[in-house]
Amino acid sequence: MAQRGIREYHGKRMLARHLDGFCEESVGYDGHIVLVDKDTDWNKLKKDNPWLKTDKLVAKPDQLFGKRGKHGLVLVNKDIAETKKWIDERMGKKQVVNGIEGTLTHFLIEPCIPHEAEYYVAIKSTAEGDAIYFSLEGGINVEENWDKVVAIKVPILGGIEDVNVEKALPAALGKNKKMVASFIRGLYKYFAALHFAYLEINPFAIAGNKIVPLDMVAKLDDTAEFCCNKLWGEDIEFPAAFGQNLSPEEMKIRELDALSGASLKLTLLNPEGTIWNMVAGGGASVIYADTVCDLGFAKELAFYGEYSGNPSTSLTYEYAKVVLDLMTRKPDAKKRPKTLILGGGIANFTDVAKTFTGIIKALNEYGEKLKKVNARIFVRRGGPNYQEGLANLKAAADKLGVPIEVHGPEYHMTRVVSDALKTGKGK
Amino acid sequence: MKKRPDYLLFDKNTTSLIYGMQTKAVQRMLDFDYCCRRTTPSVAALVDPGKFGSEKVFWGKKEIFIPVYPDVKTALKKHPDIDVMINFASFRSAYDTTMEGLNEPKLRTIVVIAEGMPERQARHLRAVAVERGKVIIGPATVGGIAAGAFKVANTGGTIESIIESKLHRPGSVGFVSKSGGMSNEAYNIIALNTDGLYEGIAIGGDAYAGSTLLEHLLRFEANPAIKMLVCLGEVGGEEEWKIVEAVKTKKIKKPLVMWVTGTSIKYMPKGIQFGHAGAKADASRETAEAKNAALREVGVVVPESFDDYDKAIKATYEGLVKKGVIKPAPEVEPPVIPMDYAEAVARNMVRKPTNFTCTISDDSKDELLYAGHKISKVIGENYSVGETIGLLWFKERLPKWAAEFMEIVLKLCADHGPAVSGAHNTIVTARAGKDLMSAVASGILTIGPRFGGAVAGAALMFKAAQDAGQSPDAFIADLKKKNIKIQGIGHRIKSLKNPDMRVELLKQYARKHFPRTKLLDYALEVEQLTTAKKDTLILNVDGAIGVLSVDMMYGLGWDEERIQTVVNSGGLNGLFLLGRTIGMIGHYMDQCRQKAELYRHPWDDILYDLPADE
Repeated sequence: MAQRGIREYHGKRMLARHLDGFCEESVGYDGHIVLVDKDTDWNKLKKDNPWLKTDKLVAKPDQLFGKRGKHGLVLVNKDIAETKKWIDERMGKKQVVNGIEGTLTHFLIEPCIPHEAEYYVAIKSTAEGDAIYFSLEGGINVEENWDKVVAIKVPILGGIEDVNVEKALPAALGKNKKMVASFIRGLYKYFAALHFAYLEINPFAIAGNKIVPLDMVAKLDDTAEFCCNKLWGEDIEFPAAFGQNLSPEEMKIRELDALSGASLKLTLLNPEGTIWNMVAGGGASVIYADTVCDLGFAKELAFYGEYSGNPSTSLTYEYAKVVLDLMTRKPDAKKRPKTLILGGGIANFTDVAKTFTGIIKALNEYGEKLKKVNARIFVRRGGPNYQEGLANLKAAADKLGVPIEVHGPEYHMTRVVSDALKTGKGK
Repeated sequence: MKKRPDYLLFDKNTTSLIYGMQTKAVQRMLDFDYCCRRTTPSVAALVDPGKFGSEKVFWGKKEIFIPVYPDVKTALKKHPDIDVMINFASFRSAYDTTMEGLNEPKLRTIVVIAEGMPERQARHLRAVAVERGKVIIGPATVGGIAAGAFKVANTGGTIESIIESKLHRPGSVGFVSKSGGMSNEAYNIIALNTDGLYEGIAIGGDAYAGSTLLEHLLRFEANPAIKMLVCLGEVGGEEEWKIVEAVKTKKIKKPLVMWVTGTSIKYMPKGIQFGHAGAKADASRETAEAKNAALREVGVVVPESFDDYDKAIKATYEGLVKKGVIKPAPEVEPPVIPMDYAEAVARNMVRKPTNFTCTISDDSKDELLYAGHKISKVIGENYSVGETIGLLWFKERLPKWAAEFMEIVLKLCADHGPAVSGAHNTIVTARAGKDLMSAVASGILTIGPRFGGAVAGAALMFKAAQDAGQSPDAFIADLKKKNIKIQGIGHRIKSLKNPDMRVELLKQYARKHFPRTKLLDYALEVEQLTTAKKDTLILNVDGAIGVLSVDMMYGLGWDEERIQTVVNSGGLNGLFLLGRTIGMIGHYMDQCRQKAELYRHPWDDILYDLPADE
């Protein structure tokens, strides 16, 4: 993993905790914000956050999707009772956002702050260095008005000290220019120190001598967890993308993945599909999936997955069982054979025969079911002891009476895919 | 030494330092060197923070030492020819250690193996490297290889794979990819379809790599030995567009075969994470299709799918051979590397006679075994201490009566007060401030024929006499004539009228539970005769344990030979030894609890009787 989105709630809480430490002058953001889900104790919430009872409030879902206003999902300038009612009506409900259906599970509430101008600021990390974007016209239309956005490049080695932010900002900021420049310099230092990959405040407002972030999108580089976890806070989370509801099988593989040092992945694409790629290795698994799609069989691809990082025999067995179980639940509606492709490149040091032991154990358990769905197996793998692994696999499938073809590194890695698809067409 | 041209990172004389104690990787590099007939190992030094020393590795059949230094600077001072650092530091310290390398003017190439380095750190390292004219390969990479010359760490897999992929001698192809796993496959494809690899690099799958695909392709372009380029790109990022630009502007003129993977991502749910952190298209320009199309348009050989990658490489190569650009590299027979013993064992290729045999316990299986009994059974079925002793001493689970006898003996022997030699020594040693082991050992060392060690001797003597059919009279007379004391007979104060309670308890138990007490009966007949001479010449506790142990073994139905072996071994003294150890540990703890001071024996308790002063 690497760049991962965080909730607006966590982004703003972090900002309130740390931003002033990076600024020459206090920005004055108080971090009044709460996150509610279906289990929230509203009485405790009100007790812990007295401003909820006194301020007019803003509420919106906090689930990593944008354009909430356009979807009618922002409530403005209401008291706590009305806000709670509005949230209760939506909590746990299905919602289509940007073409993806998901369930609303988290909302944030913050005070509604009266303000004048709305500005846009974003910081993006790129290979050439970070870039700061600023616009006087913040809000939902900033993308349409991109020509009005000022871009400030920050050199990798020199950092923000080498940049004259104030000079780069538009003159039209007038009396606010110095304050905004100081805020942006601090925000950049905060961005770098906390290993953000992306941070957008659109818009932020100036209320008196305070800067108030109204809407925020942020991504952290999660590999920095080891040096930033204290700054990020104990409650930091990296929610799944909106609408990404995992099936029990996907959940199971995630659990197995989390439990071991090896890597196991499974994303269901079409459980009714006839092509089942069980591929070793991250790079190879992508290429096997590509080849199925490039040869015109994308619709038949049942799932994307991979197993790698020297998984134990028992872990491979568990993974194979999940795949075989999904594959053999019911025969193809058009009576076409189902194809299991056991693919992979040439392993570095993983004992291929050993990994195949786990797969063979699962195949033996699903032998009858495999025959019922008219399964065929195509194998291609190289690496330590591959000959023995291939021979064992072939013997096991022959004994079960499941058609199988096995190949070693002398056979082009993805040729089994074209073989499988060709014979599939023929039948 | 002649300076290598800028386009060449590694040749047959390149030497490196390995940061981190990666002896396996070092061995793999040296095996490769040996296969390539390098004259010197490619690893000159190891760096392990804070340590000086050396590591033993094989150079062919011979073992050699690779020195270990506490830091990069020291290693370079001792080995001024090193210009490559292979950094195995973890993601936590990879940044600092790579900086340590970048600060060394002599280092030119740094390979960063660690996965999971923060992007900001990786980007900063690259910027520093570029500024100082150095090359970083990685992070999150397996490294790279110059065929027949230099191999980075674990690149290329096993030595068999390396030879099968013809990496032990140079061919004409330069290859670069992000993925390390796929580079192995690519070397195989290149070996099957061309005269082989010249140099291959995996830049690593992170979003910000230390060096780019294009930079390596440009090095290959400049290298006259490389005749064609092969590259494997990936969805996400702008890298491949720079290659498009370089081909368009004729910076790359050599034939390039390339494929960008990740064409299936459009069929996947949004936000799916493919194998690599960098494999993620944020814009349509970053998709595999867009990049493949753009590459094809500028004249790069781009197949229809990865399935035709091999054919595209073959066709391009054969075209170059036909044109006379490539004169196919000759095949070279590599020297045979002896297989590691451990690997030969794993593959059932060798056998050797063992030096030791153990028949009582086994820790080499999933679960510990005592004489074939799983430890889970021993605990689950609540085996008694006596039964456990039976497993380890006699290799069988003793019946209840025998197991209980053993336990009674242990309990009776557990201690006999502080004054006996064993406890006394333990106490004196404990008070000298020595540890438990020393204190108990000094106590145990007093066990012998005069203290506690008569169990085995009594068993041996009485059994021999009874086996020979000697009458108790003859037995006593015989020993008297030889001037041998009867083992197991005699006590300091106890007598027939004032019996030793321990002996009484043993006799009672044996009479009630033993199938036979033949040797005990014989010993008691002897006792009748000896006590007639002096009333303290009773069967003492050692003697009782000794003869009853023999009766126990007969009662268990063992054959004569098995019983005699146990008796001859002296192992029956183990009953006293084991039991008394409990008491000695107790005395040690007792002294520690009291914080007892060093013991010094009083002068007035010693008779000083020296020769008179001269």
